[in-house]
Amino acid sequence: MNQDIYVVIEHLQGQVADISFVMVAAAKTLAQETGGQVVGLLLGHNAQEMAKTLSADRVNYLDHPALAEFTSDAYINVLSKIISAEAPRAVLLGNTSIGADIASALSVRLGLPLVNSCVSFSADGKFTAQICGGKIMTEGSLPEPTALATMIPGGYKPEDGQSAQPPHITPVAIDEIDDLRVKFVNYIEPEAGDVNISEESILISIGRGIQTEDNIELAEELAELLEGTVCASRPVVDQGWLPTSRMVGKSGQRVKPKLYLAMGISGAPEHIEGITDSEVIIAINTDATAPIFDIAKYGANIDMLDLLEELIDQAEESKGG
Amino acid sequence: MSYEMLKSLVVLLGLLLTFGIFGLRCYQLLWVNLRRSQSDSPSKNWDERIKGLIVYVADQKRLFRFLVPGTNHFFIFWGFVILSLTIFEAFIVGLAAFIDPHYVIPVIGHFGPLAFLQDLMAVLVIIAVLGDLYIRVVVNPERYKGSHKSQGVIVLLFIFTIMVSLLVMNGIRINLEVDPLAAWRPISAAVGHLFAGMSTNTQIVIAEIAYWIHLGVVLIFLTELPGGKHFHVVTSVPSVFLRDLQPIGRLPQAPEFNGDIGVSKVEQFRWRQMLDFYTCTECGRCQDVCPAYTSGLPLSPKLLIMNLRDNLKDRGAALSAQKTNGVLAKELVGEVIAEEVLWSCTTCYACDQECPLLVEHINPIVDMRRHLVIEGRVDSELQNALANLSRYGNSFGKSARSRARWSRKLKPKIKDAREEPVEYLWFVGDYASFSPSLTEVTKLTSQVFQQAGLDFGILYDGENNSGNDVRRVGEEGLYEMLVETNTAVLNECDFKTIVTTDPHSYNTLKNEFSFNGAGAPTILHYSELLDNLISSGELHFKKKLDYKVTYHDPCYLGRYNDVYDAPRRVIEATGCKIVEMPRHGDKALCCGAGGGRIWMEEGEIKERPSESRIREAVELDGVKDFVVACPKDITMYRDAVKTTGHEDRIEVKDLIEIVYEAMDIKNNAINDEGEEQNLEE
Amino acid sequence: MKIVVPIKLVPDLVEELTINDSGTALDMTWLRLIINEFDDHAIEQAILLKEKSGGDVIVLAPDGEGVDDMLFTATAKGADQVIKLIGNFEDGVNSHALARAFSDVIKDLQPDIVLTGVQAHDDQDGSVGPLLAEFLGMPYIGYISGVDLENGKALTKKEYPGGLIGEMEIILPAVLGIQAAEQPPRYVAISKVRQASKTSAIDEREVTDLNQSGGPIIDRMFQPEAGEKATMIDGDEEEIAAKLIEIFEELGVL
Repeated sequence: MNQDIYVVIEHLQGQVADISFVMVAAAKTLAQETGGQVVGLLLGHNAQEMAKTLSADRVNYLDHPALAEFTSDAYINVLSKIISAEAPRAVLLGNTSIGADIASALSVRLGLPLVNSCVSFSADGKFTAQICGGKIMTEGSLPEPTALATMIPGGYKPEDGQSAQPPHITPVAIDEIDDLRVKFVNYIEPEAGDVNISEESILISIGRGIQTEDNIELAEELAELLEGTVCASRPVVDQGWLPTSRMVGKSGQRVKPKLYLAMGISGAPEHIEGITDSEVIIAINTDATAPIFDIAKYGANIDMLDLLEELIDQAEESKGG
Repeated sequence: MSYEMLKSLVVLLGLLLTFGIFGLRCYQLLWVNLRRSQSDSPSKNWDERIKGLIVYVADQKRLFRFLVPGTNHFFIFWGFVILSLTIFEAFIVGLAAFIDPHYVIPVIGHFGPLAFLQDLMAVLVIIAVLGDLYIRVVVNPERYKGSHKSQGVIVLLFIFTIMVSLLVMNGIRINLEVDPLAAWRPISAAVGHLFAGMSTNTQIVIAEIAYWIHLGVVLIFLTELPGGKHFHVVTSVPSVFLRDLQPIGRLPQAPEFNGDIGVSKVEQFRWRQMLDFYTCTECGRCQDVCPAYTSGLPLSPKLLIMNLRDNLKDRGAALSAQKTNGVLAKELVGEVIAEEVLWSCTTCYACDQECPLLVEHINPIVDMRRHLVIEGRVDSELQNALANLSRYGNSFGKSARSRARWSRKLKPKIKDAREEPVEYLWFVGDYASFSPSLTEVTKLTSQVFQQAGLDFGILYDGENNSGNDVRRVGEEGLYEMLVETNTAVLNECDFKTIVTTDPHSYNTLKNEFSFNGAGAPTILHYSELLDNLISSGELHFKKKLDYKVTYHDPCYLGRYNDVYDAPRRVIEATGCKIVEMPRHGDKALCCGAGGGRIWMEEGEIKERPSESRIREAVELDGVKDFVVACPKDITMYRDAVKTTGHEDRIEVKDLIEIVYEAMDIKNNAINDEGEEQNLEE
Repeated sequence: MKIVVPIKLVPDLVEELTINDSGTALDMTWLRLIINEFDDHAIEQAILLKEKSGGDVIVLAPDGEGVDDMLFTATAKGADQVIKLIGNFEDGVNSHALARAFSDVIKDLQPDIVLTGVQAHDDQDGSVGPLLAEFLGMPYIGYISGVDLENGKALTKKEYPGGLIGEMEIILPAVLGIQAAEQPPRYVAISKVRQASKTSAIDEREVTDLNQSGGPIIDRMFQPEAGEKATMIDGDEEEIAAKLIEIFEELGVL
């Protein structure tokens, strides 16, 4: 029986997603206990390069034109054959638009139990998972003999899954993948944002608490004074008040600023996912029980609109004297 | 054929034609259209109705809220009533021309005092008309924006012409010595002097011309009258007489159409509402006092009623002609009346209060909002609030269990009115319970009640939003659900009086709830309760405050429920002096939060009503405190003080804060750390 | 065009959550249930498809507190048929069991397309949608925010991070996991829901065997410690702003 920990590598438009490195880091913890290897599964077409920075013991690279872009059917097809043939101890997938599309199908097709939304694993092979928007945690042992697990970020740093030394890359041949019922057509790029918020160092982030589109001016004013950029949580973008390029969170950007000022944002897990790499998070919210306060360094229980005006005044004074 | 014969014939034909057209139009508008309307509650209480006629029609009470135009109209109205007899006389004289060219009507033609009165009124009417023409043409007030101004001017000129031609005819008749009452008509005689120098024949011709002008203008006026702004001449008396006498805080029941409530076609309105549409005189007083209109939102109550009237006329005609043309395809809600117009209303009642002919603007708006809600055409913020209300019983989306969290650390613990009998059941209200900035005031209130020795309790998580604004937003089903839930809880409780800090809850509890069996309990606003306690001597103030304050009348306490004096007496009992804002009492300007607007997107606003109000308050010399008695007012005005930059000039205080200070209460509160604290500054 | 929408109720996070005595699951007695937000979007997308291309919308849900209201709301929005699964659902079932139960009923309905919420916050063993797809032998795409139907295929918009969209074609019949409907779920007046409850019916289907295999065994369920909560700044807006300016200066931002 195979004691290896397999990691399904996620990549999009030629870039390896951060979650892949997080999973590799997690796999390393698990592999210590099982004594197996950390094996990356990289599916793609002419994509071998992407395996280079993974800190896995080895990477099985499966190339096929049908894998050029992710589709659920093709990935399930290929992975189910590999997993059933090799029966590893565990297969890690991301709880993402890629991983979540395939994990469940594998569970049913292969009759393997699935643990969803894992944050971390312990040295003795236990998982810790998070449900109910982060309000509830669960613990248990990874089912035997082969367990499927999806992961969310937060338990490991992506750096821990990276390595300067490329892993051993093994090309694996694939039989024909036929009967594909899902076909990739094309990408629709997000509106060309004037700014790439994932590169910005100072972010003023607004949520529902901004109340109206007109108030966004205030956030812009403050951002200007601090030489930062305005970004937002999903509800604000859904209203059409800011372009999608400014959206922070699971469906938006992951940001890593020095300062993240979250105003009127409650802290839903989908948003938190996007900001865990921030250095300092300051949260402003009228709801003292808002989950954002659990990860913020500083917080204030006040209406963001009241505070903004005062903050702008004082920031002006501090700058101009 | 002699001239006299011709005259009689033409008059006869003219009368037949005019009254024919007039009759036909009135038939279409009043009979046919109204027959398609929805039924309404029966009219009873005849003595109150007759009183209404005297006060509103005879005394023209509301017209005098604008003194000069009101005075003018008073004389035009009474002039018209008294002089209508002269018009009638003119008809008879014309018809009888072939018998006697200078026919004198029996009885009334010989009654001197009447002739004198007619002469006097003619002059007063002319003065009034000239005054009104000056107002319309030179002053051209804002409130006429959108009205058919030319119609107004033309009709004034008509009236002027009718009066002048009457005086000319009378004057010449006196000159020709064919008037037995010449001595009773000094004004006419004076006018007659102007022609005295002319030959008899010339005078006769002039008189005849005056007659034809007189008659012609009257007949034209009559044919144009139905359906226009002067239709109120016909419809105002029945409209005022037959009006709905329910308390104004109670919205009329919602009729159903195919199982759905809400009006989507103008013929689905009730007959009282249709009469209202016809009765609008386009005077624009409602528009002037509407907080939505003056803040730049698209709602004008006047234009709303005018559009409904026009749609009623157009659809009525199209339905009768059975044409399937564009008129019938036009959507009432969305096309005839834009959705933004309907959502702009705060239901503050200023328009209904101001209207001289008691036209109701708010209930057609609510009827049309009901249709929008049924169709799901609500903005996302309102949708959110309604979803929260239906799920959690409050618009904040907070768990019902946290409703009384504000009271958690208070000692002694407030009684649970569901578990034990209390004398006063305190219905706290959503904003006072959940809004972080308002719970301080709520705590003060409980301390005041405590110190006053009241036996009171609250419903804890058994309380739900009273439903007042939910109903006025048009979500009748949700409103019914909230009423059912609250009523069930209240019926299980043992209490004598309900006291509430929220005027919106006050309004619906008092006017729209029905309590089982024993009938409605006493419902008091806390200002009324305090007023009672002060006058009975149970409550007195240790400290005498000497602030100069101004008091803002909440819409749902003042206009809707006539509570103006009780809060003022309470303020004065603390020693404070009240300086009134120009718009006070039933003219108070709404803060803008009512009618569910606090749950909606704000829209394109030029100047918030709350900001306009603060600007009004800071004009008062020496007034540092703006006293309110409604939690939504606190929220809106504190905001407005900031946005107008007057934080150093004026402070918004709830009435209870003044009372608390005057009571000099110490050490009754426990702060968040569990320490007893002195809540005085 | 037959559009089937399986939905479920999830714990309402506005209310307090408590763990049961055995420490391995949520205490159901104090739980308030609410429709899974993404399932609400699935219903909306289904109605939109019906309005766009015609067809019938069938909504299914397992029994639970508030399920009737939820189903009548779907009827009021335009669902043509609503079905309640009757079975041993009181203590909660995992996604595998629910997906199996759904697949038994949905198989017989022979849908052209199945829409369901992409995830739910109480999914411990994966989401119902992709599990259901596999039980039905249908293909699946998740994180959908746009659907167009054209003879035998659906053209979908799949959401990726960073606002990127992937357009994918899928052969029908298929299951789609809805992230967001093309417009926010519509409002339906309470009176219309009440009307629906009086004039229409909820069909029932019995589910005898709730097979929960496929999920993890939980040793312990707990609420995370408050842990390192933020250092709260007190005072009015002047004081708070002043403190924040200090922090900004310390960080070198000002």
